[in-house]
Amino acid sequence: MRITQGCFSFLPDLDDVQISQQVEYCLENEWAIGIEYTDDPHPRNTYWNMWGNPMFDLRDPKGVMMELDDCRKSHGDSYIRIVAFDDERGVESVKMSFIVNRPAEEPQIHMQRTDFVDRAQKYAWDVRA
Amino acid sequence: MDDASAPQTVDLAKEYETSGVAEVLRELDEELIGLAPVKQRIRETAALLLVDKARRDLGLEVETPTLHMSFTGNPGTGKTTVAMKMAGLLHRLGYVRKGHLVNVTRDDLVGQYIGHTAPKTKEVLKKAMGGVLFIDEAYYLYRPDNERDYGQEAIEILLQVMENNRDDLVVIMAGYADRMDKFFSANPGFRSRIAHHIEFPDYTDGELSKIAEAMLEQQHYHFDDAGRQAMADYIHHRRKQPHFANARSIRNALDRARLRAANRVFQTEGALDAIALSTITEADIRISRVFKGGLDVDQRSPS
Ligand SMILES: Nc1ncnc2c1ncn2[C@@H]1O[C@H](COP(=O)(O)OP(=O)(O)OP(=O)(O)O)[C@@H](O)[C@H]1O
Ligand SMILES: [Mg+2]
Repeated sequence: MRITQGCFSFLPDLDDVQISQQVEYCLENEWAIGIEYTDDPHPRNTYWNMWGNPMFDLRDPKGVMMELDDCRKSHGDSYIRIVAFDDERGVESVKMSFIVNRPAEEPQIHMQRTDFVDRAQKYAWDVRA
Repeated sequence: MDDASAPQTVDLAKEYETSGVAEVLRELDEELIGLAPVKQRIRETAALLLVDKARRDLGLEVETPTLHMSFTGNPGTGKTTVAMKMAGLLHRLGYVRKGHLVNVTRDDLVGQYIGHTAPKTKEVLKKAMGGVLFIDEAYYLYRPDNERDYGQEAIEILLQVMENNRDDLVVIMAGYADRMDKFFSANPGFRSRIAHHIEFPDYTDGELSKIAEAMLEQQHYHFDDAGRQAMADYIHHRRKQPHFANARSIRNALDRARLRAANRVFQTEGALDAIALSTITEADIRISRVFKGGLDVDQRSPS
């Protein structure tokens, strides 16, 4: 099942030229770029693994693309996302995040509905192959 | 030629002006005193690159030229300053995408323990992408006496990037001529990847005087006649003393002269005009230890 989260996830996957252009846009805004990966795309999993430190002071997207290549070599079958962090005072949070790599075979997000007292229902989701 | 929309002719002179190359070269000429051979080499390089670009625009086949360079010369001869201009020039010519300069030495590239060097070097390279990486005193990367020196690791990464990322960054290595020669003969990999070797001559006394004048002018100060003569004498003496660093010695001397000038006017009674506040006189210069034999007199740096 195709996971949709972050920017652009309802579009076809971005190719490297398009990723590079998005990174360029982030750098123009002076955001720091981080690369993160995970094999658990559950929407409640906000803490993905960091691929190295966030990158500050880059001028050109090539530096990010080099790291992305390395990350894909090591975690090609994981989800990888690019995260752009704005350090402006009062903002200090992620401004943009988008998926740049998916496993060949994506897991299902499965919903479980359970009956509860007084005909109430409870819902839960889990990720399964 | 496969591209039907490619132009049939180019106007090099026009390209020279509109690309901004002419402007950078003019700035180089005006802002930097002396350095005739350096300016000549840069003009030639710019011409070559401009012609290459024109050939590409016409659809003729061109290989990406190797642009890595080495700048050799004594301290304070303007290597860093010229490297900065070079970054701007390469940017105007379209050979680097951003045109910034990242200035590093061994300590920025080489780590302290196993596994520290590669990430450190890569960090620097990522920042330099799209611009110029300037490695000052590059020979410190190579320590032949210690075969397990981590510098070797940085060298290998650099060599790889200089080969594979020629479109992404230009590396300029700088240092003193004799030590750079040794460094290159011990590391043929660098020698073969560097296409342009530019030598920076020492400045003559006359050029240093002009540089002094120009530096003062930038700070809105000036010499009076005796002060100018004193500066010329200072240059004459300073050159023969240890740790002489060409234009940088001049900059330092002027900083100290301004300090003394400030002290001098501070002790003057009564009203002062703008001229009094911006004149460097003979006394501000001649008091320097350089006139008393400099470093040989005591071991502190010459003041
Ligand atoms: N031709 C020149 N005209 C005017 N100022 C100059 C000239 N050359 C150098 N300077 C000034 O001298 C100082 C030293 O120059 P720079 O840092 O470029 O030297 P360098 O060759 O890189 O020295 P080092 O080898 O010690 O790093 C700078 O402040 C620069 O502005
Ligand atoms: Mg320098």
